[in-house]
Formats: sequence, structure tokens, C-alpha cells
Amino acid sequence: MALHISIAAEKIGEVAGMPVTNSLLATWVVMGFLVLLAILVTRKFKKVPKYPQLMVELVVGGLYDFFSTILGHNIKKVFPLTASLFIFILVANWAGLIPGVGTVGYWERVEHVVVAQEVEEVPQESAPTFPVGSWEYWLTGKGGPTEFKLLPVLRGPTADINTTLALALITMIYVQVFGFAHVGLGYLSKFFNFKNPIFTFVGVLELISELSRIISFAFRLFGNIFAGEVLLAVMAFLFAFGLPMPFIALEIFVGVIQALVFSMLAAVFISLAAVGHQEAH
Amino acid sequence: MDTEGLKLLGMGLAMGLGAIGPGIGIGYVTGKAAEAVGRNPEASGLIQTNMILGAAFAEAVAIYALVVALIIRFV
Repeated sequence: MALHISIAAEKIGEVAGMPVTNSLLATWVVMGFLVLLAILVTRKFKKVPKYPQLMVELVVGGLYDFFSTILGHNIKKVFPLTASLFIFILVANWAGLIPGVGTVGYWERVEHVVVAQEVEEVPQESAPTFPVGSWEYWLTGKGGPTEFKLLPVLRGPTADINTTLALALITMIYVQVFGFAHVGLGYLSKFFNFKNPIFTFVGVLELISELSRIISFAFRLFGNIFAGEVLLAVMAFLFAFGLPMPFIALEIFVGVIQALVFSMLAAVFISLAAVGHQEAH
Repeated sequence: MDTEGLKLLGMGLAMGLGAIGPGIGIGYVTGKAAEAVGRNPEASGLIQTNMILGAAFAEAVAIYALVVALIIRFV
């Protein structure tokens, strides 16, 4: 069985004592790409745009029109966040589909956790098939005294729960801040309202739903992208030639849809928070 | 059957049964949205927005099933 799927991002190094996972490295690559693109395109703006500026204006203008239908007059304040979320998630989703991401890596020794009693049961057939140090050994990872598994250098940034959880926390904290900024301290009456037992109960439900939004934000994106990676891995494992192609097309589509859903839900929650509790009824 | 087998069975059941409801829900939402666009094509932008929103909320239930399945498998 050669198919190996890891649900968590693997650690590939350390920077100043902080572990760096392959997902984090890919996130940095995506960030670098977006920052570089922004700098290169905005360096010399023209009134009559040429090709690169035109493309970027098309994307940003389309996003502005789209979000203004949801956000209304709040668009000027919120657009930077929602558009950044969309663009970052879109590029991050597509970055996981580039050939080589998740497949190019190096071999790492698997450390078996062996219980003391099971030592006798460890089969002795795991003798080296290739001598340690030979080129077959480095190419296949088979051989040597222990098993090896592939450690990809890059992994789709959104196929890691930490990335999506961070995005979800940023969004939901911004929603609360925006609610306080717009409604003032009256925003708290959405959650803690003791005028009426029904409002008290509704407040508890609102509080729970705010928390569950973080979880569903994080796991919606992670679940979709990780499931897509597993699907592609399984398809490539079943038959490597031609079969994964329609699924890659599907994953490109899913990447757009999930970026759209994430940024759109963020916009909807922000515009809901801007409406006071009393106005809503 | 050992614990590991039961865990795998539970994981499959959690995800499979948990996907039934959201599947019906998203299908219903999308079908109704297509119907609405057919009746009133000018409002397709607004309908699409609301459709994606409703589908995302229906999908959240499947995500809870996925979370439970992952917890059963890996915790």
C-alpha cells in the first residue's frame, strides 16, 4: 500500500525555535506571490490601463460590485477584508493543485511506536532491500533498517486546519469589532438581554451560533480542500494516466466556490452585525 | 471485531449518515433557485447569492459530521 494521506501538515523545519510546517511554507509562497503581484501592478498606474493592470482592475472591480450588493453602504470599510479573503483563499486553493505541491519531498524515517510486549511480533522481513546510501534507496525510500515515508516540501495552505482556523478567527473577531463600532455597547444586548425570558434564551442561542460559525468556517474550507486532495490522491493511485484530469478540473471549480462562499459569508455576517438588535425586529 | 475496526465503521457511518440531510437540503435549495431563476431571470444575481448562502448553511451540518468522523478516527 503506497497511498499515504496525512491529515495534519508535517513539520519540515524550524525558524527561531518555531516549527515550520510544509503548509506554512506554501502559505508564505502564496503571500509572497500576491504581494509581489500587487507591487508590480500598482507601481505604475495609468489612466488608460494596459494588460496587467486591466486584469487586476477587472478582478477587483468585479469583487467590488459583488460585495456591494451584500454590504450596501458598509462596502468602503469592509471591502479590503472580504476581497483579501477571497483573493488569498482562491490563490491558496489553487496553489495546492499545482503539480509537485504535495508530491515533491524527501523521505523521512517512520518512528514506530512499539509496545514492549509486541517487540517479538515485529517481522524480520523489513531487512534492507536497497543498501543504505545507494541511489535506489534515496529514490524509493525502500530499504534501510526502517520504513520511510514521503515528507512533502509544500502542501496546500488551506488543506491545513491551522490556516483555515486562523482565517475564521480573523473574520469572526472582525465581525464582533464591527458590531461594537456600529451599534456601540448596545451590541451586547444581542447576547445578554434580560428584559424578557425569550430574549435571554435567544441571546444564549446567538452566543452559541457565533462560536459555531468559527468552527463551520474553519472546517468548511479545510474539509472541502482536504477532501479534494484525498480525492485526487486516490484517483492518481487507482489509475495515474488521464483519470485524475476531470477531478482536477472539479477541484479548480471547488476552489473558486469555496473562496466565494468564505468571503461571502464573512460579508453577510459583517452586515448582520452592523444591524442593531432592536432594528432587526 | 476489535476497537480499530469499530472505529473505522463508526467513522464511515458518521460521515455517510451525516451527509444524507445536507445532500437533500442542498439539492432542494439549488432546485428551487433554478426554478426561481427560470421564473425571474433578472433577479438571478440576488437568487444566486441567497442560494449559495443557504447551501453553505446546509453544508455546515455535513461539516459537523466530518468533524465527528475525524475525531473518531484520529483522537
